[in-house]
Amino acid sequence: MPCDLAAAHLHAYLDGELDAAGAAGFERHLQSCAECASALNSEQTLRTTLASAQLYEPAPTLLRNRIHAQLPARPSTRTPFFRILQWAALAPAILLAIFLGRAYFESRANTDVLAVAAVDAHLRSLQPGHLTDVQSSDQHTVKPWFDGKIDFAPTVTDFANDGFPLLGGRLDVLSGNTVAALVYGRRKHIINVFIIPSSPRISPANSAGVRDGYHWLSWQHNGFTCIAVSDANRTDLAQLRTLFQAP
Amino acid sequence: MLEAQERQRFEQCVLPYLDAAFNLARWLLRDRSNAEDATQEAMLRAYRFFPSFRAGDPRAWLLQIVRNYCYTWLRQNRPHEDTSELNEDSLPSDTPSPETLAIASHDRQRIAQALEALPVHFREILVLRELEGCSYKEIAAITSHPIGTVMSALARARKQLRESLSTPLHTKESSRAL
Repeated sequence: MPCDLAAAHLHAYLDGELDAAGAAGFERHLQSCAECASALNSEQTLRTTLASAQLYEPAPTLLRNRIHAQLPARPSTRTPFFRILQWAALAPAILLAIFLGRAYFESRANTDVLAVAAVDAHLRSLQPGHLTDVQSSDQHTVKPWFDGKIDFAPTVTDFANDGFPLLGGRLDVLSGNTVAALVYGRRKHIINVFIIPSSPRISPANSAGVRDGYHWLSWQHNGFTCIAVSDANRTDLAQLRTLFQAP
Repeated sequence: MLEAQERQRFEQCVLPYLDAAFNLARWLLRDRSNAEDATQEAMLRAYRFFPSFRAGDPRAWLLQIVRNYCYTWLRQNRPHEDTSELNEDSLPSDTPSPETLAIASHDRQRIAQALEALPVHFREILVLRELEGCSYKEIAAITSHPIGTVMSALARARKQLRESLSTPLHTKESSRAL
């Protein structure tokens, strides 16, 4: 007979939907229940299989362009003459919108390039021996390690009490920028948080996405652009962002 | 002026989720070309409704519109597909299968086919969870199902997908005997 606890908690545990106490309880249960351990194992295999198939299909560029072209201006009931006057009056606003729109999409494109680089760097870091240059759960060891290696001082905080233990740090390169990478654990997952000083080239756009089955989430904090990448779920990344942004 | 502001707000708030919208439509309709049309229609619809969207999660809001559009499309164009809403009583109870079945093949085409062969509600919930990374709460908001139903449907969907991807046990046994 399958275990009752499995039916109730297994998927919630797998999906990171249990609170810390619930997850710890289930992990204790896993030690003694071969049934649940094996069921969890097959769920994880399924998840890996799905992720490896790279099923996510982003919108084709042509569709994107078509939608941009078609976002309508609301139909006007005025006469053509009035409409021309109205458009003339709107001209500065339209130019501004085009300008802002371009700036926005350029910044998005930047972030996307950076996000792709971050996912690649995350994958590289998972190769044996590549995860950390300085391996320590002590923020007072990790932070000074960066001194002299990069020209900025990232904030390093251990969030072990909130379920995100600091595992260490390393230097990495994203799209030609040397960045600080902080490594956190989340249950059985590894999270890389890349920290880059914000600049006009690295523009402050907050975004999130999935690539090759890895989630990424970027945010701004104290003049830094932070990008978190992991196979942990998006909620976990959002939670880590909240911890980073806490005063 | 208002128009430009509104459009800019839409572009910042909703348009970044175009990929999410297309991906959901593609898996619900099982067809890229219809999914493009559906995404475009849903996006224009979202733009029209946008003034009434004030707070909340824009991704969930957009995906809800995409979903509604796709379900209507399926009812009209693929009447054989079962689009009747999920109901907790209609779901078999979730009993995790104790046997660990080996997943036979990892190629994308086979996995995509297995996903496409699932009933539309199961497909939807797996796409939202596994591809889009939505939380149970977000899935509940998008599909208008209670969280309990989301959980049981997700467990059931995973089981069904695993079964369709797995080598039947007797094959494993016989190959072991050799």
